[in-house]
Amino acid sequence: MNRVSKIIAAAALAGTLVSAPAFAQRDPAYEAARAAGQVGEKMDGYLGIVGSANGALQAVVSDVNIKRRALYSQRAQAASPPVTLEEYALTAGCIAIARTAPGEKYQAPDGSWQTRTSAPPLRDSRCPALQQKNAQ
Amino acid sequence: MISSELTRARGLATLPRMSRGGRRMVRWALPLAALGIAMLSGCVNVTAPDKPIVIELNVNIRQEVIYRLAADAENTVDKNKDIF
Repeated sequence: MNRVSKIIAAAALAGTLVSAPAFAQRDPAYEAARAAGQVGEKMDGYLGIVGSANGALQAVVSDVNIKRRALYSQRAQAASPPVTLEEYALTAGCIAIARTAPGEKYQAPDGSWQTRTSAPPLRDSRCPALQQKNAQ
Repeated sequence: MISSELTRARGLATLPRMSRGGRRMVRWALPLAALGIAMLSGCVNVTAPDKPIVIELNVNIRQEVIYRLAADAENTVDKNKDIF
């Protein structure tokens, strides 16, 4: 009985692992907004609207941010010892900014929006050192 | 030029009794003043070094936490490319 439940649990786990990459692609509206520089990566780990907001853009940003927040919350609690949601979000923000592609927008430590170039982004001094695999 | 001078010069206007009394006052005044200064400087010392220490600790803790989370966060970002 115990073995059976273990097998079921393992199968469920494998299922989530396999199914995860199946939808691991940005929504076309989100992808387009990123490429157009309408949205950018903020320092706090969330997406921000760079220029003027409109309903459709706000919906895209809110959707992404709600999902990010849920993810941050889950990972923050899973850390040992657990960390706060903000701490995890800030760390993820460091990485999300590092991963921006040239032409995309990100928020510099002074709060201004910057366009990513091929040079390393301006990041918070507390951010961990960049791993050289920025693209994507 | 007019210079005024006492007709009969006197010694210092203190009596042995007075100066003894003065010394007695000094004996009390010194510890009191010292206590006052100690209290004053004590107040200043308590508040002044407090703030920089707190801020520095805060920054250190945050950075330590961020470094600890870096690998996990990187993994999270990579595995959720739909929302990053």
